[in-house]
Amino acid sequence: MSARPNTRGLRLSRRGFLQTSAVAGGGLAVGANLAGLSVEALAAGTIHTPNAWVHIADDNTITLISARSEMGQGVYTSMPMLIAEELNVDVRTVKVLIAPPNTKLYGNALLGGPQLTGGSTSVRDGWEKLRTGGAQVREMLLTAAADQWKVDRGSLKADNGWVTGPGGKKATYGQLAAAASKLPVPEKVALKEPGEFRIVGKRTKRLDTPAKVNGTAEFGIDVKLPGMVYASLEQCPVIGGTVKGFDAAKAKSMPGVLDVVQIPDGVAVIADTYWHAKKAREALVVQWDEGAGAALTDKSMLAGMRAGSSGDKSIPLSPVGDAEGVIKGAKKVVRAEYVMPLLSHSPMEPMNFTASYHDGKVDLIGPTQWQDGAQGTVAKALGVKPEDVSVRTTFLGGGFGRRIDVDFIVQAAQISKAVGKPVKLLWTREDDMTHDFYRPQSLHQLAAALGDDGKPTALTFRMVSQSVTGRVFGLPLEVQDPLMTEAAMAAYEIPATRHEMVKHDAGLRVGYWRSVSHALNAFANESFIDECAAAAGQDPYAYRMSLLTGKPRFANVLKMAAEKSGWGTPVAGRSRGIALMEGYDTYMAQVAEVSMQNGVPVVHKVTVVADLGRMVNPDTVEAQIQSSIVFGLSAALYGEITLDKGRVQQTNFNTYPVVRMNEAPAIDITLVPSTEKPGGIGEPATALIGPAVANAIFAANGKRVRQMPFSADNIARA
Amino acid sequence: MGTRFTVNGRAFDVKAEADTPLLWVIRDEIGLTGTKFGCGVALCGACTVHLDGQPVRSCQTPVSAVAGRKVTTIESLSRNNTHPLQKAWIAHDVPQCGYCQSGQLMSAAALLEKNKNPSDADIDAAMSGNICRCGTYARIKAAIKTAAADMRGAGRPA
Repeated sequence: MSARPNTRGLRLSRRGFLQTSAVAGGGLAVGANLAGLSVEALAAGTIHTPNAWVHIADDNTITLISARSEMGQGVYTSMPMLIAEELNVDVRTVKVLIAPPNTKLYGNALLGGPQLTGGSTSVRDGWEKLRTGGAQVREMLLTAAADQWKVDRGSLKADNGWVTGPGGKKATYGQLAAAASKLPVPEKVALKEPGEFRIVGKRTKRLDTPAKVNGTAEFGIDVKLPGMVYASLEQCPVIGGTVKGFDAAKAKSMPGVLDVVQIPDGVAVIADTYWHAKKAREALVVQWDEGAGAALTDKSMLAGMRAGSSGDKSIPLSPVGDAEGVIKGAKKVVRAEYVMPLLSHSPMEPMNFTASYHDGKVDLIGPTQWQDGAQGTVAKALGVKPEDVSVRTTFLGGGFGRRIDVDFIVQAAQISKAVGKPVKLLWTREDDMTHDFYRPQSLHQLAAALGDDGKPTALTFRMVSQSVTGRVFGLPLEVQDPLMTEAAMAAYEIPATRHEMVKHDAGLRVGYWRSVSHALNAFANESFIDECAAAAGQDPYAYRMSLLTGKPRFANVLKMAAEKSGWGTPVAGRSRGIALMEGYDTYMAQVAEVSMQNGVPVVHKVTVVADLGRMVNPDTVEAQIQSSIVFGLSAALYGEITLDKGRVQQTNFNTYPVVRMNEAPAIDITLVPSTEKPGGIGEPATALIGPAVANAIFAANGKRVRQMPFSADNIARA
Repeated sequence: MGTRFTVNGRAFDVKAEADTPLLWVIRDEIGLTGTKFGCGVALCGACTVHLDGQPVRSCQTPVSAVAGRKVTTIESLSRNNTHPLQKAWIAHDVPQCGYCQSGQLMSAAALLEKNKNPSDADIDAAMSGNICRCGTYARIKAAIKTAAADMRGAGRPA
């Protein structure tokens, strides 16, 4: 069920989404039309754009483009680092601009084309493309200098913003940029060998930190336009419900109120300040048609999932052998079922956007993970052309997948159109938590036959969950959702396996949540392999290792994590749990060290070993692992959204607690040196902390908790 | 009749109604947007400012309560990132999304005003009212220790 259309202004084919395209090296247009680009933001003087990634002003101010949104993961630094490496400029001296919507130039090939920040793809998508973009401009500057000085191009060097040549000839990039921009973009450029890197792979200070320690960083909530008014929107307490009627008499009489307007999602109060709008909104009286979701409860949704596991059609995923037959004939069988609850994203910055509708055009400013999604969906909703919708992306106060959806952006635009003024729409925390696109519930049923040596001879794995990709991209029901199958097939060598996915629409709108299905599938797989080890009477680490004989990258991180964590060396009062996964081309193992206090786990320490191939900024890699563990631990210990009469019951951080400093574990990170292609790091650690803690709980007290969160109730019932 | 008070040493006479939270007066009327809105009910700490030197949640502080008093915000630490806490935050590259960091810094500044050699437990006690969804807690803790050492070394009274 969704209150919004499925297509969301999508301009890519369904097949396009499903293809994992090779990283595109080209696609760079000279004289690119960068609609919506705020040239003032770049530099004084004339600005030249040799290609889509580099702007050079006459005064030698160099601006590098990040085609991805900065939501904490560090792309504001790592994307420019990749360009700067080949352009030979110091990243500390450049400006950075988040790209305007233009899928041709800035689309994400790893996601099939949309200009979308997600899936831990930024570095993987940009690795070749951005270095190529930097190298092309370097070559164009060299050619321009050679032409101008009439010297052999091979005698020139481009370094640190200068081109130098024989006889002391030199010019800044800025002095050559006008001529360079008129040259054809070279198709083939030589890229540095990794041994020559001066920027990539080096610990580099984030370029956005200075603005984030003195209050000057601009988030969506900070945007101010001349003549701007403020909006607060009352939405139906049941998601998807619509307005039947409303009485705004009292609200309109309150201080500062300018207007009250109805839009498809609810009733908006517009006022001269946010507080006036919010106060007056409380005085609205709205009658709702609560719609199809009015009877939903989380329990009925889960019951539907359980019914769906046998009743709905399943889609198999690379079956090997006759797993069911082996299990039927086996002497020893392990069976288990795992349940994951609904979750909210709850980034620190509540949903907001600023929109200005004027003369059939719309300017949008704010925090989004999907620029062309915002552009296309707003264009459709307001009946204007996409090219008449500009999008300027601010810093995002967290994303975690929530800002892939554009509901709040459309609302801001509709309100601006209704009142004819620039409008900043700001949700309350309660709006944010009760009108999220939730991580879907999931149900996993696993079974394994164990041979005489205790090793699995066959495994069946059935996952039931709701397809987010069905809602967001209109993926047909009968097509496998690649964002449900992540980490479903674990590394372990088992002769016969059958994995099946069941798509079940549980009736609530669902969204991509940091690490998406990795978290669901890894919890089931890594708990279950622990259960198999226990049934075989073997050590969970040694048991895993015995199933990884032909999987060196897995075996290596697992072995290192065991060693670093002191596996096998007990610490009084504490227990350890181990977990292993590949996700986003990153191989990772975690060991959680836990003690039980008052029936719940306290996580003291997490040991992480990650092999993610080549890295752009190792310090950001570590930060993302730290971040992911705290985020995943919040879900594992506390995270649960429940529904009653279609209403989300959690409204703020008292009823939806998250890990605070006093609950944050020590995190010991080892990064494996590697020359493999880069893996993603924004998400995988999120998925492993849950099973690592569950396995540590089992080691502590023999209780196998198969349902998140690991509350006293869920543990006591285990 | 407005409410008079100072923000970062400057006197203001604001027109917002008495029950308006200080947060929205600072952000929308005075125009200092470094202080952030996170939860509205004093659960997350993103809106932390100092009132006569004490950390308060400005989302739950009516403007009437600050009449005649001194408010300081993130913008008062320093514009050019020279405060020991700002230097330490940069040295440890603490922020990720950055949204909660104004509140984190103001809570940390209040702690270090009283205690220039805080233990882990002191830091936990002072900082656990500030939520960071990006999970920067370990770096915040390390940065507070660096800043504290800097302040002790600078010869200020401990």
